[in-house]
Amino acid sequence: MSEMSKIVRTISNVIFPLITIFGLYVIAHGHLTPGGGFQGGAVVASGCIMLLAAYGSAWAFERIKEKRLTAFESLGAVWFIGVAFLGLFVGGIFFANFLVGLKLFDNFTLFGNIPVVGSTLADINTGGVLPLMNFAVGLKVIAGLFAVVLVMAYASSLKEWKK
Amino acid sequence: MNLLDVLIQHSPPLIVAVPLLGAFLTPLVGRINEKVRNIFALVMISITGFFIALLASDVFTNGPRVYVFGAQNLTLPVVRVLFEVDSLSIFMAIVTFILAFVALVYSWSFMKENDGLDKYYTLVLLVVASTLGMELTGDIFNFFVFLEISCISSCALIAFWVHKGESLEAAFKYIVISSIGALFVLFAVGIFYAQYNALNIATLANVIQFTFLDKVALVLLVVVLGMKAGLVPMHMWLPDSYGEAPPSVTIVIIGATQASLYGVFRMCFTLYSGAFQNITISESTIGLIIIMLALLTILIGVLMALIQTDFRRLIGFVAVAEIGYIFLTIGVGLVTLHDPDMIEVGKTAMQGGIFHIINDCLDVGLLFLVAGAIYYATRETSLNEMSGLARNMRCTTIFFLIGLLAVSGIPPMNGFASKLLIYQSTYQLNPIISIIAILASIMLLAIFVKVFYSAFLGPKISKFENVKEVSKSMLIGMGVVSCIIIIFGLFPNIVIHYLVEPAVNALLNNAQYISVVLGGV
Amino acid sequence: MIYNIPFIAVVVMIFIGLYAVVFRRNLIKMVIGITIIECGVNLFLITLGYREGGVAPIYTSLPKGTRYPSEMVLPVPQALTLTSIVIGVAVLALMLSLVMHIYKHYGTLDVRKIRRLKE
Repeated sequence: MSEMSKIVRTISNVIFPLITIFGLYVIAHGHLTPGGGFQGGAVVASGCIMLLAAYGSAWAFERIKEKRLTAFESLGAVWFIGVAFLGLFVGGIFFANFLVGLKLFDNFTLFGNIPVVGSTLADINTGGVLPLMNFAVGLKVIAGLFAVVLVMAYASSLKEWKK
Repeated sequence: MNLLDVLIQHSPPLIVAVPLLGAFLTPLVGRINEKVRNIFALVMISITGFFIALLASDVFTNGPRVYVFGAQNLTLPVVRVLFEVDSLSIFMAIVTFILAFVALVYSWSFMKENDGLDKYYTLVLLVVASTLGMELTGDIFNFFVFLEISCISSCALIAFWVHKGESLEAAFKYIVISSIGALFVLFAVGIFYAQYNALNIATLANVIQFTFLDKVALVLLVVVLGMKAGLVPMHMWLPDSYGEAPPSVTIVIIGATQASLYGVFRMCFTLYSGAFQNITISESTIGLIIIMLALLTILIGVLMALIQTDFRRLIGFVAVAEIGYIFLTIGVGLVTLHDPDMIEVGKTAMQGGIFHIINDCLDVGLLFLVAGAIYYATRETSLNEMSGLARNMRCTTIFFLIGLLAVSGIPPMNGFASKLLIYQSTYQLNPIISIIAILASIMLLAIFVKVFYSAFLGPKISKFENVKEVSKSMLIGMGVVSCIIIIFGLFPNIVIHYLVEPAVNALLNNAQYISVVLGGV
Repeated sequence: MIYNIPFIAVVVMIFIGLYAVVFRRNLIKMVIGITIIECGVNLFLITLGYREGGVAPIYTSLPKGTRYPSEMVLPVPQALTLTSIVIGVAVLALMLSLVMHIYKHYGTLDVRKIRRLKE
């Protein structure tokens, strides 16, 4: 696909950071509000695809190599399974939530507070292992969805298609 | 507790998690070197096999074992996902492990000239992980998720040779039928959740009553899982997919098909057994319908295989016919098991059926490996073009002879033992059933003698002058399968006593399956 | 009667999707039909969890006086639906790449002209 006009490119430049921040917010607050790994990852991926559509596929193929996206995707997946195995070694059972109530240094817990049951204001420092897994799934979804669209754009711009 | 006990206690999730970890690490490992990646995949499968052997030695002696994800103890009511491993599950896991190991050893040299092999090994490990997950799980939504994962990864593997148009067509047919089927399984899971507020198989088996919605769910589950296993009239995708995929992929997909067959066993005999005990008329109807469809499967599979000229498509139709034998025993089991004077017939039939699962995988797998070896050496797939290959490829000819004898049910191969059990038990229910089954075996022998004559015997053709024997890793793969076939054929009573009988007893012992989870309620 | 309308919509959507898969010749229309069936099954799962007068099952800042968890809508079908949507995205991506390969190979999207594996 060829690139679009200057107005479209400028507006996408302005909106892309806002979309990314909103998507990362949805990923990070997955244990408190609706959202989580897949939903936030889909939002960020659609922001990246908006840039791909605005700037054209030729620009994207120079800047982004598909091998790096595959490496990010594998990193996200290995992180997810690694946290599950850590639950086996530290917590005693596979997928155990070993960060709840665990004090690392004095008075510092990594997502380890135990929330009060009932209607409260949200505390982001709760949830245990869930926010870490949300980050892993979000990274994998961003890399995966963007790689799918990138490869489809590459495949449709090859010379044999222009019949 | 010593180390072995700890390993046995944690082995159900590790059996699924280790191939999954291997699948996610393969693109990173593949950046180093090719040989390192191949060895890494084999090491991951061997670790899985070690855990399967440990768990099998425990489950066959001590009964079913439950593993709860994320909590140390199981609290009622059950809200967590759990894996419940009984003897039938671990038997299917052993079958899957053998097929996966042979496939990885075989594809070391078979797939060497293709590129994109990083993704090939990732997808094979994903299919193995999802098949093992389907067989070990005790939660019906978890079963649906693993079913979908295996469907997506197998479709990507079937279309691996994208330069041929037929592979793309076979893969598209497969994904359309499989995804619609899986969506109907999700519909049935929704029906179960709406009525009983539970997703756990043991909890559902305890409280199920045979209402109208449950009948709808039973029909949906049996039809969709039968479609994934190859029951007529839903078998259309099977010869296409088995025939157009690379042969080392077909062996892994045979494992996925048998996991769907395991799903039919689990649904009919464990989930619905409480419902079938109270109402006797409807249970016989289901059994009779399955028997009729199974006979139709055997006949159509064999008759369509008679007229084929493409080698791998012919073996695909033979695979359809072999699945029909196993469905025949499911039907006979459902009809006779609640009739007190025919219960021995039912048990013998189920033993024959479950023994036939492993025999069918090994026999049909060996035939596909031989077809792959011929394709690798000569680049030919059509039987009209091949001739006189026995002069150059001696070992492959011997392996094909072993596969021929095994598939037609001739002693001393393993096909004879399981088919004899099937003929014996179905004859006592109704003689016509076993007559049709014996006729089909004879026709299978005729088909493969024709194939043997046209491909291996016959005059020498000039374009096959320089055909050499295939390389060592492919011969090792075929040799391992042939050794297992001959050993199972020479000592079938040892196999039945140690592997098959515990599996059948665990399948029929519904109360034990439920009480391991619900604690004697 | 009004609480049965989502279930009727589910059945209508599944039948429309099946009609598109069975009777249409264009490959892209078959893919769209499968997506419609998936949307129908997801709607069925979500509708199962509805409780009359219920609020969203989130503990953060509930409206005053809500009795939890008896006045909340069931959260488990929402989790099942989410998993199903993710699987649907993956299947859709796979089917569309297969359609692209088929178009590159055969030059047409008509199913009757693509069939080579006939008997």
